[in-house]
Amino acid sequence: MRVSERCAAVVLWLALLLAGSLGAQADGWESALTKFAGDSYNDTDAAIAGIAASGNPLAAGVIEALQEGRLYFGDDKRIYTRDKAGKLSDAATGQPAEAAATSLKPVRINNRIRRSIEAALGGLTLLSPDPARRLEAAQAVFKSKDVKALAALEQAIGKETDAGIKRALEEARAAVLLYSANATEGAKLEAVGQMRRRGDQDARGLLAALPADQPETVQRAVADAMVAIDNRLAAWGVVQNLWYGLSLGSVLLLAAIGLAITFGVMGVINMAHGEMVMLGAYTTFLVQELIRGSAPWLFDYSLAIAIPLAFLVAALVGIAIERGVIRFLYGRPLETLLATWGISLILQQAVRTSFGPTNREVGAPHFMAGAFELGGLTITWNRLWIIVFAGIIFVLLLAALRFTTLGLHMRAVTQNRRMSSAMAIPTGRIDALTFALGSGIAGLAGVALSQIDNVSPNLGQGYIIDSFLVVVFGGVGNLWGTLVGALSLGVANKFLEPYAGAVLGKILLLVIVILFIQKRPRGLFALKGRAVEA
Amino acid sequence: MKRLILRTAMAASVAALASLPLSLGANAQDTIKVGILHSLSGTMAISETTLKDVMLMLIEEQNKKGGLLGKKLEAVVVDPASNWPLFAEKARELISKEKVASVFGCWTSVSRKSVLPVFKELNSILFYPVQYEGEESERNVFYTGAAPNQQAIPAVDYLMKEEQVKRWVLAGTDYVYPRTTNKILEAYLKAKGVKSEDIMINYTPFGHSDWQTIVADIKKFGSAGKKTAVVSTINGDANVPFYKELGNQGIAAKDIPVVAFSVGEEELAGVDTKPLVGHLAAWNYFQSIKDAQNDAFIAKWKAFTKNSKRVSNDPMEAHVIGFNMWVKAVEKVKSTDPDKVIDALPGIEAANLTGGISKMLPNHHITKPVFIGEIKGDGQFDVVWKTDGLVPGDAWSKELEGSKDLVADWVDKKCGNFNTKTNKCGS
Repeated sequence: MRVSERCAAVVLWLALLLAGSLGAQADGWESALTKFAGDSYNDTDAAIAGIAASGNPLAAGVIEALQEGRLYFGDDKRIYTRDKAGKLSDAATGQPAEAAATSLKPVRINNRIRRSIEAALGGLTLLSPDPARRLEAAQAVFKSKDVKALAALEQAIGKETDAGIKRALEEARAAVLLYSANATEGAKLEAVGQMRRRGDQDARGLLAALPADQPETVQRAVADAMVAIDNRLAAWGVVQNLWYGLSLGSVLLLAAIGLAITFGVMGVINMAHGEMVMLGAYTTFLVQELIRGSAPWLFDYSLAIAIPLAFLVAALVGIAIERGVIRFLYGRPLETLLATWGISLILQQAVRTSFGPTNREVGAPHFMAGAFELGGLTITWNRLWIIVFAGIIFVLLLAALRFTTLGLHMRAVTQNRRMSSAMAIPTGRIDALTFALGSGIAGLAGVALSQIDNVSPNLGQGYIIDSFLVVVFGGVGNLWGTLVGALSLGVANKFLEPYAGAVLGKILLLVIVILFIQKRPRGLFALKGRAVEA
Repeated sequence: MKRLILRTAMAASVAALASLPLSLGANAQDTIKVGILHSLSGTMAISETTLKDVMLMLIEEQNKKGGLLGKKLEAVVVDPASNWPLFAEKARELISKEKVASVFGCWTSVSRKSVLPVFKELNSILFYPVQYEGEESERNVFYTGAAPNQQAIPAVDYLMKEEQVKRWVLAGTDYVYPRTTNKILEAYLKAKGVKSEDIMINYTPFGHSDWQTIVADIKKFGSAGKKTAVVSTINGDANVPFYKELGNQGIAAKDIPVVAFSVGEEELAGVDTKPLVGHLAAWNYFQSIKDAQNDAFIAKWKAFTKNSKRVSNDPMEAHVIGFNMWVKAVEKVKSTDPDKVIDALPGIEAANLTGGISKMLPNHHITKPVFIGEIKGDGQFDVVWKTDGLVPGDAWSKELEGSKDLVADWVDKKCGNFNTKTNKCGS
């Protein structure tokens, strides 16, 4: 044979080989895709594995479409994807396609399939241009520990510029190496060190689940690392409990501070206080309904809009109660107790009749959903905002009492009603305004509570006892007492809960408060002075 | 003088209000009264209000077909307000004062336990439509909800096989149903080889809203390297903040799935379900099941409530089956006398809404199919597993020492807790 002919033969042979392998790849891709039409979870699982292994550039897109419910199969066993705009394409080729909408059925997924999708996407999107996708891929490989992703991981680590993503990739590589049978001892020790540095629950879980057939040194290193992580987690656990206690305390503070004012200034036992909270929550619901109906773009500001409205609504109802009922019952605490109890029942039933007895949905604005990590802490946004809100209200209230005339008058009436009256302070009007202020703040508490509790006519019932507990424990009429009382009760509750459970923890707390009141009947920070009325 | 008039007027109006039970319908003599004993307020209102509505729809439908034994049916609705002793009082009012022919009601097991003495003493009939813990079979009660072998055990089996779960969190509300169900499940899991340190049990009060610590504990328990799942017997509106906290702390169903026994379409109606996609529930009926009977029922339900977004759920289907069985039994013996109807009910068959025929068994339970569903983004369920046929309900669980020898049989042995070892009635 002449050289040229030989070259041609080789080229032809290579071309055939290439075509053959491409065809095989195409066959692998196509046959994996058709498994989606089997409408069984096992087939779908196999399909995902087949597509991910095929190396076809469309693979990641198809798996993502499956994850988001945009993958369909037709009667003809062809597979279609619908993009985010709604346009249909043929999954095998990526070209636009036509198909009758009624003949298409979505490919179903369950939890097991979701895990396979996550693992497959992790391997496929490690080198994605989008940094958020790379981070997700790194975390997915960390969970799946897929050895096949090792090469892609090395490549990604080499190219990565972002420090956070690079660490996530290195941790993913460490996870893969620890679980692979072929990794060297040195590599495994390095990986254990990486996990120890990561030091969170996922790392500990990874180390705990390692198969037992590891070399001596690795096993020792793993045991040491687990102890170190446990200590670190225990320390953070205490801080986490403090945080939970703080957030529970802030909720108690919000609910109780209005009561501290009315109870403190007027000595009125207001059993309808919980209903003021409930009215604030329902105001938030109404505001959100209005916004949902006519101005959906304002949803994130719905709470800001609801705050002044809730204050007004609750304050007005408070004035109505004070002028209508309580004014006639001054100096008669038992009658006030009964009357306000009756008012609370009336308010509950009124709301039940107007809005129905079932819960109402109050949504969270975007900035209040989800959580973030701070060291070893998980901090949920809604709780953080509620703590901030409670703090702001407390400071504003202190300022109002200290720097405004109304505040001055209120403090005077608290300390000595007769003297204040003799100094020409209109005690009747101050009483009404105080009651309005206390109720208004309860309304504000309702706005906050609507984010973490059910909005139902019984919302107030869950907080009235706790509010009285805080006020009595902290000292009547003293805002600082309420603050310390609320925070300490919240923290104590949260430290008791892991050991005693929620039910017993509450009981223990009540017993502790009862014993404390025996010793100090006036509470933590009692008002002092000869003229103070008992 | 003015105060006297005011006081008298107030007393009169209070007395009038107090003596007025909600009674719908015309002449009392020409109607057969049916009692509806569901909480319309309080922590359980979220679940029970819809059962009152479906009973009203069933009664209206039956009246359109000509009533029962030639008379119209009259619904008598009372509100026990999630207050367990009030359930007993209201049951007594329905049976003694209103003279109802049968009662459809209760949800929580504690409410059922509270009314049992009343039904035994006054000899009436209660149709109980909710899944419960078993360990009971009373002559006057017909259990159209799931027994543990028709819900709890299949759910745990599914998690063990399909999700390979090795660590278990059993979280429940603190009363008899979760406590007994968790006892059964603990015994079942240990019999399957699960170690005690891989089981975490936790109870919370009704209406509990601060789930931060518990959800964090679940996260910690679940990161020991073994696949963990939560089996939730949390009841009432405490579920809403629980699921919200799960979503906020980032517990996804593919990592730690939660299977709930008391959360259905109705409880999810007030929650944003997008963070909950993939979490599970085990029931004998889902609104999303495709069947001609189900489609017809859903259409009728939406028309009756004049709300196209209203959902249907498993306890509603249980009431449909129970009501139809009661009607058939009354027509069979041509009387509403409780003794005759109680003896006529075992053996009666009625269609369920998923294409099967349910049968009333001698132990006063019925046959039901079991479905496991995953929550979808729209608050509906996607069925991921189901039994091939209908499972008969077992009143006495085989897993517990005190009950594995007991069998309930009201037809031959006339006994709810017949001991097969000693051949005597009563354990």
